[in-house]
Amino acid sequence: MADLTSNFLGITSPNPFWLASAPPTDKAYNVERAFEAGWGGVVWKTLGAEGPPVVNVNGPRYGAIYGHDRHLIGLNNIELITDRDLYVNLKEITEVKKRWPDRAIIVSLMVPCDEDSWKAILPLVEETGADGIELNFGCPHGMSERGMGAAVGQVPEYIQMVTEWCKKYYSKPVIVKLTPNITDVRYPARAAKAGGADAVSLINTINSIVSVDLDQFAPSPTIDGKGTHGGYCGPAVKPIAMNMVAEIARDPQTAGLPISGIGGITTWRDAAEFIALGCGNVQVCTAAMTYGFKVVQEMITGLSDWMDEKGIASIDEFVGRAVPNVTDWQYLNLNYVTKAKINQDLCIECGRCHIACEDTSHQAITNMVDGKRRFEVIDEECVGCNLCVNVCPVDDCITMEPIAGMDPRTGKPIDPNYANWTTHPNNPGAKPEAAE
Amino acid sequence: MSDRQVLSRDVRSARLSAAEYEENFSDLHAPLDWHEAKVEAERCYFCYDAPCMTACPTSIDIPLFIRQIATDNPVGSAKTIFNQNIMGGMCARVCPTETLCEEVCVREEAEGKPVKIGQLQRYATDHFMDEKRPHPFTRKPETGKKIAIVGAGPAGMSCAHHLAREGHDVVVFDARNKPGGLNEFGIASYKSTDNFAQREIDFLLEIGGIEIKNGQMLGRDVELDQLAADYDAVFLGLGLKNTNRLNLEGEDAPGCEDAIDYIAALRQAEDKSTLNVGRNVVVIGGGMTAIDIAIQTKLLGAENVTICYRRGQSAMNASLYEQELAQTHGVDIKHWRQPKAIQLNGDGEVCGLEVETTALADGILSGTGETQIIPADQVFKAIGQKFDSSALSGGQIDLEGGRIKVNDQRQTSNAKIWAGGDCIVGGEDLTVVAVEDGKIAAQHINSVLQG
Repeated sequence: MADLTSNFLGITSPNPFWLASAPPTDKAYNVERAFEAGWGGVVWKTLGAEGPPVVNVNGPRYGAIYGHDRHLIGLNNIELITDRDLYVNLKEITEVKKRWPDRAIIVSLMVPCDEDSWKAILPLVEETGADGIELNFGCPHGMSERGMGAAVGQVPEYIQMVTEWCKKYYSKPVIVKLTPNITDVRYPARAAKAGGADAVSLINTINSIVSVDLDQFAPSPTIDGKGTHGGYCGPAVKPIAMNMVAEIARDPQTAGLPISGIGGITTWRDAAEFIALGCGNVQVCTAAMTYGFKVVQEMITGLSDWMDEKGIASIDEFVGRAVPNVTDWQYLNLNYVTKAKINQDLCIECGRCHIACEDTSHQAITNMVDGKRRFEVIDEECVGCNLCVNVCPVDDCITMEPIAGMDPRTGKPIDPNYANWTTHPNNPGAKPEAAE
Repeated sequence: MSDRQVLSRDVRSARLSAAEYEENFSDLHAPLDWHEAKVEAERCYFCYDAPCMTACPTSIDIPLFIRQIATDNPVGSAKTIFNQNIMGGMCARVCPTETLCEEVCVREEAEGKPVKIGQLQRYATDHFMDEKRPHPFTRKPETGKKIAIVGAGPAGMSCAHHLAREGHDVVVFDARNKPGGLNEFGIASYKSTDNFAQREIDFLLEIGGIEIKNGQMLGRDVELDQLAADYDAVFLGLGLKNTNRLNLEGEDAPGCEDAIDYIAALRQAEDKSTLNVGRNVVVIGGGMTAIDIAIQTKLLGAENVTICYRRGQSAMNASLYEQELAQTHGVDIKHWRQPKAIQLNGDGEVCGLEVETTALADGILSGTGETQIIPADQVFKAIGQKFDSSALSGGQIDLEGGRIKVNDQRQTSNAKIWAGGDCIVGGEDLTVVAVEDGKIAAQHINSVLQG
């Protein structure tokens, strides 16, 4: 049996699955239910400064987009940080940590961007016995209009400054949660590192309008005829999140900085992919909000079974294993030539590969052979783009097969040696190989 | 001793409670609700050059209408259907989709579960008609041309609608007291509930320019040569009026009936409890009519219903789906049995059917000599129908094999007369084929008249 024990920044939890700072972690009742279901840790829903708590809208807070059969693909929300009293939260955090010493409890924080505000709250958090803090520099709605959340996360200098304050007034690990609503995530990550952050976590939600109500002509969720952008999350954001994680993992300036992966993680496989891209653990929200806390049991067993099959004994063994294989386009092997191959025994003759290729790509798939409906790849035209594989509704029916020897499309022999754009003759900036 | 008891006749009405009649003659399949339709529609792969579309005799753009359901546009979906088949609502109910569109659905190939095309078509067309939307087509400016159509069945009404769309005036003559033809008088009750056939006719007539004259029989009330003289074109959608005979003694005795007559009476009976049905019913035949009469007598409360078919299961004209439908309703299908003698009781009424086992030898079917008597209070003949050519006075129209000969445009040997549906050579006994015949004929008539 694989050991799923997670040690992230010295914080141990029985598995790498934490609940992200969000509605599911707003109070002791939910958090204890999550622990009972098996979650390894939680990031408590963001606390704000002492004083009257924030208020939320009283109309709908969530919007969604669906796949088939109302399968929830993306969720957005306009909820703010906790609207409960600071001291009630601190008391509950203290009690829950005492009752569940083996689980990780991180406290998410968002207070105004001045040193005094942070200096005031950090000792209170320290007293709870929680394992660390996460700085919410990501929330894209409401709080950002008040100079907090994403408004801080979008300015690297602020990130560094606030992180430094936290390291100064708090003794335990500081995780900086990054917003994806920026152009290059490496800059805020570098700032967090420069400020002394123990880790970064990403991504927070993405600015979004998930749908427009065509009767009211207003974004949904619609509050009395108006809508606003919300934070987008769920399975749909996973590819965006993974790219940002990989960028930080392979950036020489931040390489080795621990990462807590967030963004559409729904299954064990999603988690394994984030970990392979360099995450020490993962945080989940939408999957729990869709299916309830029990969903973690699939993640735990799935990850464990996969690790057993792969012969991987611990999480640390595969953290970042895919990072060396993430590269820039210019280093991809241009001498690697593939052709699509359609397994005629599996083909159900829907013709989607043909029409996708015919209408939108390279005219490389037949629809008729010898007067019969039949879909075959024309190697002379196939550029190996993979679109047919992506649109085929049958698993493994179309595969991409590497070829050697002559490329029927170019009529030229395929060089068996690796060669990339940097040395390609068509590249005006190519550096000729140094003469011997 | 028991022979006499077994052979005593038991034919009665009101075998069931009102609730049982209600239940038995409600929809065969409950219509899909919105969510079911959406989920089912999302199963469609939107195939290129979709096999279902090719298999549809009326070439409905099935992937498009299904996608329109999936994208919350059932009205547009219905328009896509009606554009090719104005009787898409009835076809959704009666088409043997298992041998047409759904048989070739790639999901059938992939997982043995085709997209429920028929039920989705019903969803869209019902939605359109239930919402009482304005008619989906507008009539072109009137051309002043007049076309006579004989027969208000699917072929005739489809032809009428297409011609009316083109701006021609159409008069439809029909021998019965109301239009619809087999849709009204022939389709099994549980496939066309809530007076659907008449509602569909009403919907179709919304195009305008169509006049229906009921009680007008060709050869009795109107003559073909006169129609050809009075109108710019004539379309014949006459159906098959005559039935085949067993040529057995006792065939005309009380209790031996043509299945189509009984089905017509059943369709018209508002109160099903008034229908007489036997305790033991035997049906002779292997087509759709045999299945329909067998199931419906069972639903009327018959205790034992047996279909006797003289060949094997694979030779039955009824689809496998229909055969299984009969079997799940408790109908016993006996293959390789041919009728040998009708048993009559002392009062000269049917009380049984003697059947002989058959066998194929060198491709020739013959009796083996082994016989059996099946108790029967009623014997229904469902052994096929014949075209009655007697009404085609004047003989200006060529026949072939007893039916009207037409070219690809459904034009007869008389250049002013077209024909379609079951009465033409190659007619397939399918509503959807009749609709297509009417459509093709109308397109050709229009092109000829527009000259």
